[in-house]
Parts: sequence; C-alpha cells; structure tokens
Amino acid sequence: MRQPLVVRILSALDAKAWTALGIFLAIALVAVPILHLAVPEDSAFHVSTYAITLVGKIMCYALVAVAMDLIWGFGGILSLGHGLFFALGGYAFGMYLMRQIGRDGSYQSDLPDFMVFLDWKELPWFWVGSDNILWMSILVLALPALVAFVFGYFAFRSRIKGVYFSIITQALTYAAMLLFFRNETGFGGNNGFTDFKRILGYGITSSEMRLVLFGLTALALAVTLVLAAWLVKSKFGRVLTAIRDAESRVMFIGYNPLWYKLTIWTVSAVLCGIAGALYVPQVGIINPSEMSPANSIEIAIWVAVGGRGTLIGPIVGAFVVNLAKSWFTVSFPEYWLFFLGLLFVVVTLLLPQGLVGLWKQFKERSGARA
Amino acid sequence: MIRALSIVALWAACLAAQAAVDPAQVRRLAAEDSTEKVAAIREIAVSADPDANRVLKAMADGNLYVAGGKVFVIDGEQAFDAATGSEVGLPENPDSVTVNNRIRGELANALAALRLFDPDRATRLASAKELQSNVDAAMAPLLARAMAQEKDAEIKAMLADAHAQASLKNADPAVRLAAVKTLAESSSPAVKSMLLPLADKASEADESVRLEAVAAVKAIERRLAWGDTLASIFSGLSLGSILLLAALGLAITYGVMGVINMAHGELLMVGAYSAYGVQSLFRAYAPDLIDWYVPVAVPVAFFAAALVGVVMERTVIRWLYGRTLETLLATWGISLILIQAARVLFGAQNVEVANPTWMSGGIELMPNLMLPWNRIVIIGFALFVLFLVWILMNKTRLGMFVRAVTQNRPMAACVGVPTSRIDTLAFALGAGIAGLGGVALSQISNVGPDMGQGYIVDSFMVVVVGGVGQLAGAVWAALGLGIFSKVLEGWAGAVIAKICVLVAIIVFIQKRPQGIFALKGRFVE
Repeated sequence: MRQPLVVRILSALDAKAWTALGIFLAIALVAVPILHLAVPEDSAFHVSTYAITLVGKIMCYALVAVAMDLIWGFGGILSLGHGLFFALGGYAFGMYLMRQIGRDGSYQSDLPDFMVFLDWKELPWFWVGSDNILWMSILVLALPALVAFVFGYFAFRSRIKGVYFSIITQALTYAAMLLFFRNETGFGGNNGFTDFKRILGYGITSSEMRLVLFGLTALALAVTLVLAAWLVKSKFGRVLTAIRDAESRVMFIGYNPLWYKLTIWTVSAVLCGIAGALYVPQVGIINPSEMSPANSIEIAIWVAVGGRGTLIGPIVGAFVVNLAKSWFTVSFPEYWLFFLGLLFVVVTLLLPQGLVGLWKQFKERSGARA
Repeated sequence: MIRALSIVALWAACLAAQAAVDPAQVRRLAAEDSTEKVAAIREIAVSADPDANRVLKAMADGNLYVAGGKVFVIDGEQAFDAATGSEVGLPENPDSVTVNNRIRGELANALAALRLFDPDRATRLASAKELQSNVDAAMAPLLARAMAQEKDAEIKAMLADAHAQASLKNADPAVRLAAVKTLAESSSPAVKSMLLPLADKASEADESVRLEAVAAVKAIERRLAWGDTLASIFSGLSLGSILLLAALGLAITYGVMGVINMAHGELLMVGAYSAYGVQSLFRAYAPDLIDWYVPVAVPVAFFAAALVGVVMERTVIRWLYGRTLETLLATWGISLILIQAARVLFGAQNVEVANPTWMSGGIELMPNLMLPWNRIVIIGFALFVLFLVWILMNKTRLGMFVRAVTQNRPMAACVGVPTSRIDTLAFALGAGIAGLGGVALSQISNVGPDMGQGYIVDSFMVVVVGGVGQLAGAVWAALGLGIFSKVLEGWAGAVIAKICVLVAIIVFIQKRPQGIFALKGRFVE
C-alpha cells in the first residue's frame, strides 16, 4: 500500500540529513539575525551586512545549482540557458520593485525612470498589475514555467538532446539577452532595473528587510532540497534517471520520455525563477547581462565542482566557486578567469564526481584501512 | 613660377580668349565688406577667365594687396597688376586684403570650379566629382561653358548632371524641365532629395515640370532600392564567408569527434592576433614591405592556431572521448584561459590591425552601393580555403581517413585507420582553419580578447543547419544564414534580425534535426 504523500516526503531524507537541515535553518533564521542585530558591531561575533548579502546571494545561486542538478545530474540534460529563467524571475520581481519606487525616482514620475527617459506616457500592457506583489509573485513562477514548457515541449518532442540541446539553450538565452538589451523592449535596456527603494512599503536596505530576505532564501533552499530529495527518490525520479542512462530502453519498455523530461525541465526553470526573484532585492540590480551565455555556463560548473547527481553537491559547489570568486576578484582580479578556466578543465578531467565524490572516495578508503 | 606661367599660357591657347579680368571686379575683391567680396569672387569665377585663377589663387595665398585704389599681386619682391598680370613697380605702403574663413571657403569653391578647365584629365574629373555633390545655382553658366568644351565623355556626363542640379532653381520652366529629365538618370539619394521640392505642388508652379519630377523621383527610388538590395546581399555574402571560415573548422572537429569545441572562437582570436604580431614584426623590421604582411600572416596564423589546437587535443579533449557534455565544459574553460591570456599578453584593449593599401578602398557600383576591397578579398579567400579543404577531404588519404572516422569510428579503427592520430590531425586542421578565419576577421573587424565569443553560437548554428560532417551543408548554411540575416537586418534592425535568425534555426531543427544534408544511413545512439 502506498504511504501518504506527507510521509513519503518526510522519509525522503534520513535522520542525519534532517538534523543537518534543522541546524542550517536554525542558524539562518535564528542565529544570524541575533548576531547581526543584537551583537555590537565591533564584536568578533557580529555578522556584517556584507556577509549577509554575500551569503544570501550565494544561497540564491545554490538554489539555481540544485535546479540545474535536477535536470543535468538526474535527467542528463545539460542546459546552458538557465540564466534566462533566473533572469525572468528576477525581472518579474524587479518590475514590482520598480513600481514600489513610486515618485522617489529622479524624475518624480509615477512611471519608472527609464520610461520617462524614453518619453513613454503610460505603462505598457505587460506592466499591468505590476504594483501588486501577489500577481508579480505568480509571474515569478509562471513566466519561467511558460517559457520552459513551450521551449522544452518543442525541443524534447523532436528528441533534440545532448550537445544540440545545450547549444540551442545557449542560443535561446543569447537571443533573450539581445532582446532585453533593447530599450524599446520595455525593461530598462542595458541598465536594467536598479535603485530599488522598498518592498511592501518597508525600506529595502534596512537590516530587518535584509534578514527577512536572507531567511526566505534559506527557507526556499531548504524546502527545495526536501522536495528535490523526494522527487528523485520517487518513481518519477527513477524513470528520469533511467532516461538519463538509456533513453531508448526506457522507450522500449513503454514510457514516453517527453513528459518526464518536460516536467523536470519546467520544475527546474521555476526554481531558477524563484532564485532570481530572491536575488534581485538582495543585490539591488537586474540587467540583461544575467542572461549572457557565460553566466549560464558558470552554473554548470558549480554543479560539476560539487558533484552531479547528488543534492548536496550543487550547494557545496555554488558556495565553493562563488566564495573563491569573491576572494579572487578582490585579491587577484587578473587570475580569476585563469582559475575558473582551469576549474572547468580540471573538474571535468579529474573530478567527474566533484567534491562530494572525492569526499566519498576518501571516506571509503579510510574505512577500508580501519 | 615658370610652371604657373606655362599653365597660364596653355589656358590662353585653349581658351583663345585673352581678355584680362575686369579691373572693376578686381577692385571689389579688395572691398571692406565681405559680402561684396564674395559677390566679386563669384563673378570672377563664373567668367572662367584664365586670369581668374591667377587672381583668386593669389588672394587665397594672401598675396593680394591694395595700394592707392589699385590692386596688386605681390610675390616676394615682385609686384604685378592684379587685373592684367603685367609686372609693375613695387607700390608704396601696400595693404594686404583680409581673407576670413567665409572668404576662404568661397575661394576654395571658386578655384575648384576653375579646375574644370584644367588641361589634366584627372584634375578635371576630381573637380567635376566634387561639384556634383556640392553645386551652387550661380555656377550654372560656368558649368555650361565647361560642358561645351569638354571632350571626355565621362566628365561631360558628370558636368551635365551638375549643370542640371544647378539649373533646378532656374526661373524658366523649360530649363527646369530639361534639368529634371537629365537628373532622372541619376541614382543618388542626394539628387532625389533635391528633386522632391519640384515634385511638390506647393513649391513648383509648372505642372509639366512637377509631373516630370514625380516620375524622376520614382525612377531614382527604384534604382536606389536595387542598390540597397544588392548591398545587403553583398554584405550577406561577406558575413557568410566569415561564417564559413569559422564553421569549416568547427564542422571538421565536430564531425570527427562529436566534440563541440567551445574554444573555437578563441582560435579565431589566435589567428587574428597572429596577424597583428606579423604586422608588428613587419613594421619593425621591413616597413617597406608592410603591404605584404597579410600573405605572410596567413600561414603563421594557420600554424599558430593549429598548434594551440594540438595542445588542446593532446592534453584535454583526448581524455574526454565519449563524454561530450563534459567536453563542452572543458573547452569552455580553455576558452576562458585563452581570453585571459590574450588580455595579459596584449592588453584588454583592441589592437589595431590595418588594411594593406591594396585592400582599402572599393569599387563604387552605384552611389549607394560600394563594394569594399577587403570584403571582396575575404570572399575570395574563403572560396580559396574552401577549395583547399575540399581537395584535402576528398582527394587525399588523410581526408579519406577523416571521413571514415566521422562515419564510423570503430569500423575505421578495425580496418587499420590510426584513429587517435587522425583525431589530432583533424583537430589541428580544424583549429588551423579557424586561424585563417581569424586573419580574415582581423581585416574587417576589431581585434580584441573577446572577439571570438560572438562567433561560437553563429558558427555552431551553421554546422547544425548544414548537417554534421558535410562541407556542402556548411557552405549553403553559412551563405544562407549570412544573406538571410543581412537582408532581415535591412528591414528590422540588427537585434531583431539576430533574434529572428536564432528562432528560425530553433524551428528549423525541429523539422530537420540532422541538418539540410543529413548523412544517409542508420545510427545507433
């Protein structure tokens, strides 16, 4: 007999994983706010605004990495266009943030500054309802889902896969980037959206708002992890893995890979959209360069560094690569691209299982010795 | 001085009108009022008198003086009467005639018009060409006179055109009508805008002139549209030949190894920087031969890029066979390293690669259709490379092996093809062709560390549309994509055109996942 859904979801993680997740949430939702607000700034235990923004940003990236892992690690589909879905979510929420600026922009107009600049007299039709946070939150989910579904349906239906699929996704995000770079498209051209003031009337740069966004991101990451663990362990996840390993055989058995691929592809896009929406208020800017092919391909390297086909791997990878990036771009800006390039080469050549695989190997070896 | 005199003498011979310039006009040249001076300059120019050139030139050089109500040309210690040109004694206390910017411009125009009577054909041609694009209504009589004595058909046609332009504002409707009729043969956008007021009821009273002007404008527009279409087809061809150079190499490596080399664009960059390096060497050691650096750069770029390719293949790609998605990432990493290496070695700014003189300029087929030499050379170069590759792939043993490995690697290995050596050679070949593409690119666009980034998607699209392992497919796809996107650019602007092309390709792959020319046979995935 099938167990109830809640039980199945709860049993997706083992006891150790639940404990780790609990600790993570306790730190993010309780410890960090206390250390940031209550501990004086000169104390060694104070958590600075910079750290909160940095970690919050990287958690958004980690969310994207998990989404990428779902399709690449478990579905065997390498997308080089996930930056598009991330940016779509970010733009959708950015529209709301732009409207929240109200008359505080440099032109004191009801319209966002860039529209005044273009001499537009009223909001274009696709901006209707952009002052409603509920509607925009729906768009954050629906826009990436719609784009992913339509694109994925046509791509998977004609059984485009492997390298072809990767390059076409890259072309897709490249085309979207060009489109968003145009001023006439109505999303601020190459400056994108920035100078946000508030969410729901509360100042966006206040410590409390930062902590709320930080906590929301941590929560989103945790929920995503649990759902992803359940998803890949369910029957759906197993069929998906089978498709990754031997698509033809799965078809001969009688499954249609289209819907499995399409589902995980759309879910992955929606997760990216959520990450984008959480990213924009924390970083304070969204512009078309988020859609550049280079950004999307970087997502793949986070996953590869951490370890494909595991759920913790992408998170580890996102943190390691992005912390390294923050450090390098400050200390040795000239060597960052060398390092990143080498990372691509070394990880694919020597570490096909990523850091998590390395850790597992290490444990096995020390276990065998003991 | 002797030369100047002899030219004056020549004019005298050919004009047979030896009357000196009207002294009254010359006196007005020295008037206080600039407007008065300008009027005098115009009148003197229109007279097309041989002496006019002498006087106006002296004025432009600042050698015109006035003393005691008479005007002199003073050159060093000698003085001449301005009107007659005969030598006179040095006058006392001469005042130089002031020449301000307005006067200077007017003098330049007048002298240009007078050059229409120069005995040298090239000078007349240049002068006629200049007047064609910048004519004044007052010059009509001068042009008529020049036309009457012009023997050369080409210059005469130009003068007729300029004369017609000058007569468009003539009070006599018959003159205007004749002018409009002449100009209807033109195909320049400037003439069209000149005719527009005559095609308008508000500014043209005479009905027959107006109708004629409307017809003339239509005729010119038709010709202009032709020119525009041809121009976009030509730039499409040119873009297509660049795409072809970029895609040929990619097609070979992708066909043989099923590997997408994301660093392919950076191999173009290596080729372009090789061209830059060769140019710098020529500048430093053989400045006389600088025009011939391009032919030297071609093999240098080929081997430089091929070397990079071999290193890539031996150190990275070789170990990733069968893991195509990983290869994608690893080659992307290599491209990042190459870009950063170029930045460190040559700086982040674009470097300057100049066209040799034989590649600059172009053929002007129509006023709005110019075929630059560098683009023509590149189209030819692309054809040449294509021909070489075709020979190599179809007529040599190496080519046969490459094709064999492309079609069926295990079977090729079974019959004794050294597949691993073929892989290296094929990769080197593909990389070398990219290097050649880089030399071509260096002649028409900026050379900088990021230059290769934009080409990887485009050239991969060519490979995808053309079909893997198919030279013919790559050719058709490159030219088709080039022309399609340039023609579209003319209608919709560059960005929209690019998006349309990408969307069209995505749709195209839905229908024909194997490209235009699919390899025949059955494949097991």
